[in-house]
Amino acid sequence: MTEPLSAPHQASRLTAGYRPLPGVPDEMMDTSGALRPGWAPLVDHLSARGPEALAEDFGRGTQHLADAGVFFRNHGDASLAARDWPFSPVPVVLPEAEWQGLCEGLIQRADLLEAVVADLYGENRLIAEGHLPAALIAQNPEWLRPMVGVRPKSGNYLHFLAFEVGRGPDGRWWVMSDRTEGPSGAGFALENRVAATRVFPELFRNMPIRRLAGFFQGYRDALYGLRSDPNSRVGIFTPGPLTDTYFEQAYIARYLGLMLLEGEDLIVDQGQLKMRTIRGLEPVDVLWRRLDGLWADPLELREDSQLGTPGLMTMVRQGKVTMANALGVGVLETQALMAFLPKISRLLMGGPLKLPNVATWWCGQAAERAHVAAHSHKMMIGPALATRMPYETGAVHAIGGKMKGEAKGSLQDWLSANAAGLMGKELVTLSTTPAYSNGTLVPRPMTIRLFLARTPTGWLVMPGGFARIGASADASAIAMRKGGMVADVWVVGKEPDTGLSLLHRAQGPETRPPPEPLPARAADNLYWLGRYVERSEGLMRMVRAYQARLESSGSVPLLAVMQARLEAYGISVEEPLPKGLLATLASAVYCANQIRDRFSVDGYAALKDLEKSMQRISRTAQPGNDSALVMGVLLRKIAGFSGLVHENMYRAAGWQFLTIGRALERAAMTLECLIAMADPEAPEGSLEAAIEIGDSAMIHRRRHALLSTRETVIDLLALDEGNPRAVQFQLDLIQRRVAALTEMRVPGQMTEVGREALGLQTNLRLQTPASLDRAALEDLRRQVFSFADALNRTFIP
Amino acid sequence: MIYDITLRLSYHYDSPAMGGRHLVCIRPMDDGSDQRVIASLLEVEPRPDEELNWKDFFQNNMMEFNLHAPHEAVSVLLRARVERFPAAALPADGLLIGDLPAVLQRSRDIGPNAPLHFLSASFRVPQDAAMAQFAQALITADMSVQAAVLAVGSALYRHMRFDPKATTVDTPAGEAFRKRHGVCQDFSHIMIGCLRGVGIPAAYVSGFLRTEPPPGAARLEGADAMHAWVRAWCGPDLGWIEFDPTNDVLAGEDHVVVARGRDYSDVAPIKGMMRSSGRQKSRQAVDMIPVLD
Repeated sequence: MTEPLSAPHQASRLTAGYRPLPGVPDEMMDTSGALRPGWAPLVDHLSARGPEALAEDFGRGTQHLADAGVFFRNHGDASLAARDWPFSPVPVVLPEAEWQGLCEGLIQRADLLEAVVADLYGENRLIAEGHLPAALIAQNPEWLRPMVGVRPKSGNYLHFLAFEVGRGPDGRWWVMSDRTEGPSGAGFALENRVAATRVFPELFRNMPIRRLAGFFQGYRDALYGLRSDPNSRVGIFTPGPLTDTYFEQAYIARYLGLMLLEGEDLIVDQGQLKMRTIRGLEPVDVLWRRLDGLWADPLELREDSQLGTPGLMTMVRQGKVTMANALGVGVLETQALMAFLPKISRLLMGGPLKLPNVATWWCGQAAERAHVAAHSHKMMIGPALATRMPYETGAVHAIGGKMKGEAKGSLQDWLSANAAGLMGKELVTLSTTPAYSNGTLVPRPMTIRLFLARTPTGWLVMPGGFARIGASADASAIAMRKGGMVADVWVVGKEPDTGLSLLHRAQGPETRPPPEPLPARAADNLYWLGRYVERSEGLMRMVRAYQARLESSGSVPLLAVMQARLEAYGISVEEPLPKGLLATLASAVYCANQIRDRFSVDGYAALKDLEKSMQRISRTAQPGNDSALVMGVLLRKIAGFSGLVHENMYRAAGWQFLTIGRALERAAMTLECLIAMADPEAPEGSLEAAIEIGDSAMIHRRRHALLSTRETVIDLLALDEGNPRAVQFQLDLIQRRVAALTEMRVPGQMTEVGREALGLQTNLRLQTPASLDRAALEDLRRQVFSFADALNRTFIP
Repeated sequence: MIYDITLRLSYHYDSPAMGGRHLVCIRPMDDGSDQRVIASLLEVEPRPDEELNWKDFFQNNMMEFNLHAPHEAVSVLLRARVERFPAAALPADGLLIGDLPAVLQRSRDIGPNAPLHFLSASFRVPQDAAMAQFAQALITADMSVQAAVLAVGSALYRHMRFDPKATTVDTPAGEAFRKRHGVCQDFSHIMIGCLRGVGIPAAYVSGFLRTEPPPGAARLEGADAMHAWVRAWCGPDLGWIEFDPTNDVLAGEDHVVVARGRDYSDVAPIKGMMRSSGRQKSRQAVDMIPVLD
């Protein structure tokens, strides 16, 4: 035996007590206790830092994720509650050579799946020749009949894939599941990577860790390359904010500059697929699909779908749109299909699978059923046609010979009564990887999700991935269902990665791209976001003015007037932090949620933070001065949001709608306030209250000392174009914003909405404090809402 | 027998409906065995901006149209001349019901007429243990498949009450079955659920019934609107047979087929998104008159 060239890596403080579990391979350490290739720099770094520094480092990662608003929902968790992102900061390291082996296997598998799905919707040789049972396809809800005989426009069914892999006891990698139907996780992998760079900035500078940006850039370019009309758009087709991975979809849309489109944003018009924008209909011919195929078109697929677009299937049939991936590829996720892929690989690929998949048996065949029955203690048995693991489906299943779910009778009875509907899968054990726990590293089982994207030059594999880390030391794959952590995956090469980062792309002189069209639905949401935020602010000022007067012996008639004003907005004066106010802000958050892709992360965080503060405070606030103080705190927080929007939001069409919404709401609320409180008949103290609600006490005092008359108040809050609280200021703002918007639409031509805005602005300009009496104020208020209708008619068809 | 068929589907809205896309499935199918379409014409009023015709997976005639302008009413008019051939008498013997599963498992067919499409739950006919039990109680292992189909269909006819007011187009089949009432759509969905529950492939057929019965015969239920019945697969030799559970008869010379699918959802006469704020009224008028020489 020869001496090793270098001494084994010194067992560090962190790894001294680390031992792989018996019979379970570990990613970091071999059975002799030596570190595997690629891990040393990370382990050295972790040991050198010490527990306190590490806590600080890890904190930066979690802080980034919290700031970015990364969250997820648990699978099958009925509540809509988002959970904190369970980030495990210690990455999984994959030496490049190891990763290359995975790539080869997965690329072969991607080509195999493409060939299988092309056959299932085309020639149909696999079934006719008996390589695949007809029942698995004919009864499969994911096999979409309208797609039969339809060739995808791009020539390919599959463009973006994910595979879940794990390492078995013999050290080989296994494919555990194929994800073809709008696979999720790539955006989460990217967020984990960003968090990891915050935790380990030095390692990212010094270690040859492969970057992820080239993968995304390559796929983005490939999607753009699939367009047939250079003026058309590429969108991500999303089921909308209620889906559990909406955050990720919005994140990828922002990161890659793609439109995030819901079914409602799309329309089939004049034989083309188009999107509804504020400039009218614009062509779309490539969709990165995240919506399940069954829901894509209520006319030809699920009739009850409200997520799809009527006529979309016709567009697919006519080759007018490329779906990445094509409708109907969900059939490849069928659990029982894995039983047949090894043989089909020999048939279609001319060789065995380079990367095996978990051994699977379809119980519709007598010999296979007998095998499953005899080995049920080593299997997971569940629905053959499901696209998820048996324990994720909610259906009756068996794990290791024990029945789960609402099962009646014995496993053997169940198996023979439902044989054709069941499959058995071997229970596998996984490898472990280190996780940081209580100041030390502990081995935890893991699986990795890897991503493949089709480009004109072939499949691109993301040099990294999304790792799931088990919650306990139990290395059986099945234990992973109990949740756990997620981690970044580092593919570590020998040379530093010279690949591009999306942020630094040198390609000749930079030309600014033309503004992208704003979907009408997004415009509508931004407009309402503006209105609800402004309404929340206005209500806070009114509540503050009311509550402050409660204790300081405010006059009863004045309190009654203010109470009536608040009640008109659904605000009860009995509540120190009114539910109606919470509901108004919740509406703002709802609108912001619909447009996460075009909204700054900080702005969204500020809004959520405000909502959380309100919910917290609502439990303790007391009527009177306490409530007034609380309103002051909330007003400062909402000003934080407004500041972020004002300072940071790009002045594109979306900002115009947000601004118009705010200005319109402020103009309307101020008019209503003046109608009630600047009336000659209004009770004593009304004028002062109006000035206070209009946040103009300081300027009023400077101009008029302590003397307020109806005229001074009307002048300051309605007519003064220099006062950002005055109606005129808002109407000027609206007019300018509308002019900018309508220029985008028809240059040089006045539109209905443009005329309304100009008329509104001019009408007020012509008033004097004396002429602006109650009737004139009411008239103006009507005009404001008539303008709002015109705005809707023009931009939000 | 040759028939002239007229069907008018009309929709009226209280307030004008915005444009919308609609999918229409009312043009009779030319299946080359049960019937022959001599001529057919489909007209939409107001005139659509786009109109497309194609055959769906099951070879049904589909028509998609799009209306851009706001409109207060839409009507779709079908006129067709169809020759319907008499159905052959059922043989006394056939594949035994106990042998059916093995036959189906050997099947390598997923074409439009393959029985395997019609064996499991579909959108409007979910699995229903009560239906399966109802059917199971009528069947013995020595029965031929076609005898089982007739037994189930006739039993439903006896146990169910025809009641046009009791259900709507969206009443779930399971509910109609529990209450033992409904119209042809309910009868058909329930019979399909029963047959699939005992492993017999069963499909939904939409179509027309002769309006006035031949002299001396009783008027059939369902003649004043589009009708529906059931198709069941009885093994490779006999193939598909069609039974009308609303009238307790095999579909024959009085039945003209429009379309076949897994359930109503595949062959609904009209589907579409009506973008209208107000209420809408719909009407269906059918005539199926023998052409006299």
